[in-house]
Amino acid sequence: MSTGAVIEFTSISKRFGGVAAVKDLSFTVEPGRVTGFLGPNGAGKTTSLRILLGLVAASSGTATFGGVRYRDLPHPLKTVGAALEAASFHPGRTARDHLGVYAIAAGLPRTRVMEVLTLVGLAAHAAQRVGGYSLGMRQRLGLAYALLGDPGVLVLDEPINGLDPEGIRWIRGFLRDMAAEGRTVLVSSHLLSEVQQSVDDVVIIARGELVHLGPLSSLDTDAAPQTIVESPDREALAAALTAAGITFSIGRTGLLAATGDPALLGHLAFTAGVELSVLHRQKAGLEDSFLALVGGGHTL
Amino acid sequence: MTMFLRSVSAEFAKIFTTRLWWILAIVLFGYIGLLAGGLAALFAGIQTGVISPDAVNTGGGPTDFGSLPPLIYSFASSVGYVFPVLLGALATTGEFRHQTLTPTFLATPRRGLVLGAKTVTLVLIGAGFGVVALAASVGIGGGVLSAFGVDALLQGAETWLLVARTLLAMGLWAAIGVGLGALVPNQVASIVIVLAFTQFVEPLLRLAASFLEVTAKIGNFLPGAASDALVGASVFTMASPAGTAPLDWWQGGLVLLGYALIATVIGYAVSWKRDVT
Ligand SMILES: Nc1ncnc2c1ncn2[C@@H]1O[C@H](COP(=O)(O)OP(=O)(O)O)[C@@H](O)[C@H]1O
Ligand SMILES: [Mg+2]
Repeated sequence: MSTGAVIEFTSISKRFGGVAAVKDLSFTVEPGRVTGFLGPNGAGKTTSLRILLGLVAASSGTATFGGVRYRDLPHPLKTVGAALEAASFHPGRTARDHLGVYAIAAGLPRTRVMEVLTLVGLAAHAAQRVGGYSLGMRQRLGLAYALLGDPGVLVLDEPINGLDPEGIRWIRGFLRDMAAEGRTVLVSSHLLSEVQQSVDDVVIIARGELVHLGPLSSLDTDAAPQTIVESPDREALAAALTAAGITFSIGRTGLLAATGDPALLGHLAFTAGVELSVLHRQKAGLEDSFLALVGGGHTL
Repeated sequence: MTMFLRSVSAEFAKIFTTRLWWILAIVLFGYIGLLAGGLAALFAGIQTGVISPDAVNTGGGPTDFGSLPPLIYSFASSVGYVFPVLLGALATTGEFRHQTLTPTFLATPRRGLVLGAKTVTLVLIGAGFGVVALAASVGIGGGVLSAFGVDALLQGAETWLLVARTLLAMGLWAAIGVGLGALVPNQVASIVIVLAFTQFVEPLLRLAASFLEVTAKIGNFLPGAASDALVGASVFTMASPAGTAPLDWWQGGLVLLGYALIATVIGYAVSWKRDVT
């Protein structure tokens, strides 16, 4: 195994015609940790990863592994293993031949092909044409491709999509093991819940822009605190909140006010002469923080 | 250099790990075998008087078609050339269609080198298709000629030169296929262009061009005409009414090479070096 290198994105931007898919994105990914690259669908994750891997040309900015661009790596597959979202197989080729082709291209021993197929649990299907593979098996084959060169850096785009529960449990353990061996592991997902059990750090993007960066625990700081407040006269309460400039949405048990300060709401209601029936602060979960950051929830 | 050789062997592995190559090779053999065998029987029958000319409406007297063997043998390329073009075009467009450019460029990020390796690979396999086509045209066609008592000229240096030039032509056609595939990455569109052009557009253009001397000179530069010039014999040149001399064999080879290079270089710019998304 080659040692894990630091991945560095420096002011990456990408436009597709009129669409700005990625805007001035900068962050680093450290070895020995699993970094979750998160954002809703269309946030620009795949585009960023493809830029990193030299498959898409950035409009501006650079992305490197230990300071070296992918295309300048002397042994790309031995340095970086990548599995991208799209199923990139010829359906008429067997899994063994598929990997064999790229083992030849990268100058890797052919014995490595069966090793990685065994590693991902596809040994029994090695001689089967990939066209007959299920989505989960294709994901595993993509992972096997990433592992071909026993690389120190893993870049995985939505690797959990399409896996069965057993596969999900397996890949979580797998990601942790890879990082424990000192590799750099960057794994994207549009669902925090999918990866939150395996990631150490999170990089969150929305609409092509970085919105949060830090250890997973940094999401626990109540980035989007909420207080549930309810009154027999809901209209009067809503009017009082609006007058005070506090945004809210209508929840099941009352209004969800975008503030972490129940005392403020109590005071507001008191001065407005509105009777309260419910008033309690809701501790946001990681997923809520995530959704608030990417702008997916908490709006009326 | 080792990177290039590895890339070439990977491209060979790509071709030989799917079924397309042998399906095309079998059809090529059957098609050329039937055509060369059938027409060898017909022409040799007429020439030797075994078949009455009246039966085929040529009107009176044994007919001389010139030297039959080169004409029959050249079916390998003059008719069979569509097969290496198809293989080349499918090999290239398949990378787009099945998104295998992603693992390919991850393993070998030097894209120009990959396209070069693909071209070299397909030239060699195209020449291999030449072997298959010649096995049909010389093997079956020559066998039928011998059976009619016509000298199959297998001893003649001319015949073996024709064989060598056919291999070269078939290799160049495969390279043209690779270039076309990069130029038109849509697989269906590429196949339609190959079939329409080779089976319909070009034969008509060559026929139309052959009636006037000026246009006949231009028509000599059509890829099929250049290929026939390279190989040195073909039913099409035999049928030319204006009697304009075709290109020299080496000129024909250079024209074919030119088509392959132009298509590949433009294809590299319009599709191969673009974003892989
Ligand atoms: N080839 C492309 N042409 C045009 N727009 C694209 C292309 N690829 C991605 N996009 C756009 O870029 C944005 C980011 O897409 P993507 O990187 O796939 O996001 P994610 O992987 O986070 O879901 C989206 O708006 C998408 O529509
Ligand atoms: Mg994506």
